[in-house]
Amino acid sequence: MDTNKNSYTFMFAAAMVVVVAALLSFAATSLKPMQDKNVELEKKQNILSSIGVNVSREEAKDAYAQYVKEELVIHENKVKEGVEAFDVDLSKEITKAPTERDAPMYVAEKEGTTFYILPLRGKGLWGPIWGYIALKEDVNTVFGAVFDHKTETPGLGAEINTPVFMEQFQEKKILDEGGSFTGIEVRKGDASGDYQVDGISGGTITSVGVQDMIDDCMRSYIDFLKGYSANKTAAL
Amino acid sequence: MAEVTEAVEKQKKQSEPLFSKKNRMLISDPLNDSNPITVQVLGICSALAITVKLYPALVMSISVLFVMAVGNVVISLLRNLIPNRIRIIVQLVVVASLVILVDQVLKAYAYDVSKELSVFVGLIITNCIIMGRFEAFALANGPWKSFLDGLGNAFGYAWILLAVAFFRELLGSGQLFGLQVIPQSWYLDSGGVYANNGLMLLPPMALITVGIIIWVQRARNTKLIED
Repeated sequence: MDTNKNSYTFMFAAAMVVVVAALLSFAATSLKPMQDKNVELEKKQNILSSIGVNVSREEAKDAYAQYVKEELVIHENKVKEGVEAFDVDLSKEITKAPTERDAPMYVAEKEGTTFYILPLRGKGLWGPIWGYIALKEDVNTVFGAVFDHKTETPGLGAEINTPVFMEQFQEKKILDEGGSFTGIEVRKGDASGDYQVDGISGGTITSVGVQDMIDDCMRSYIDFLKGYSANKTAAL
Repeated sequence: MAEVTEAVEKQKKQSEPLFSKKNRMLISDPLNDSNPITVQVLGICSALAITVKLYPALVMSISVLFVMAVGNVVISLLRNLIPNRIRIIVQLVVVASLVILVDQVLKAYAYDVSKELSVFVGLIITNCIIMGRFEAFALANGPWKSFLDGLGNAFGYAWILLAVAFFRELLGSGQLFGLQVIPQSWYLDSGGVYANNGLMLLPPMALITVGIIIWVQRARNTKLIED
């Protein structure tokens, strides 16, 4: 057989592509359930670590059931029924106008205290960044925050998922004295007070991304949360 | 050149045992005399990037081992069928699909490591050692020899990676495979005299560590010293 003929070359290439495609799609489909489970457990792990509960991925399922009491989806300041908060695809929701979003939220209880955990998602320099921020019962003070990213620059923007950066958010406030939403500002080196944190040197765009993400995602919850928290306190 | 090797190979096929001296050399040679990293200076990027800790380095080594051994065998089996003009493309497709396979399996069974290795699993595709072996060896030799050659080169890659990772994790974080080996009481914090060397965690020290390994290797193995 003449392996240098054009027709042979084309046939070989075509056959190779078909074989490889079949092999890879088989592998991808059969491994998908396990990969999805890992992603789901990691999400639970992240939600828990925003309220200071750090568990391994294996323990995440049980711990999640133990701490997270309610999963809500907020739409136009009301609870929307018939949607699973955990299954809401935040990457699609943030492309809509804030009032039209289905905003998922988790209510957790740890040692008798209630926390409101809000998922965040925004843009970094190279790709998406996301996180969870836990508010205390007063719907103002941040209890903890976790961030993660897909492809930020290692050593620079990627530092947003380090404890040094994330711990700064503890005890920060998101409402001004009049009670309207201000968000948390990421500053270049001179952060002070209740509303500012230090950004990451060399990771300015990612740091600003975190600031915008907090502003964009949290705003839609505040009115609902104030009412929700007041009701909850009144019911006690 | 290719015909000569093939002719030699045919001649040997009848008589050569599986682990003849020559076949054993295919494994032992890349460990020292023709080590892909220290002698051929290939695959350096991954050696610098993922050697901060031993565990990711081990997983990376196993991934490369799989891709290299299987890829070499596949290329070797197809060597008389591959059209010469698109042979590089064919090699690339073989490496790429094996790497995607490894990546998918890691995501399913070793999620944390796959996150830690992140892009570097994908970058196995561009690891020059692999394409180099396909082109230089598997295209001209039988499957068994190619398999051994793949194993040998992957071992040669792996031991350097693990050696570098050993020193970086030990001196940089005082741990091995994530377990603390330097007693806590030695540290300055708890009144001792020792501190981890943070520089070991950064890529430059990986380069220097590889350099030291090359130095030691050349000092001991005089065959490698050039005039």
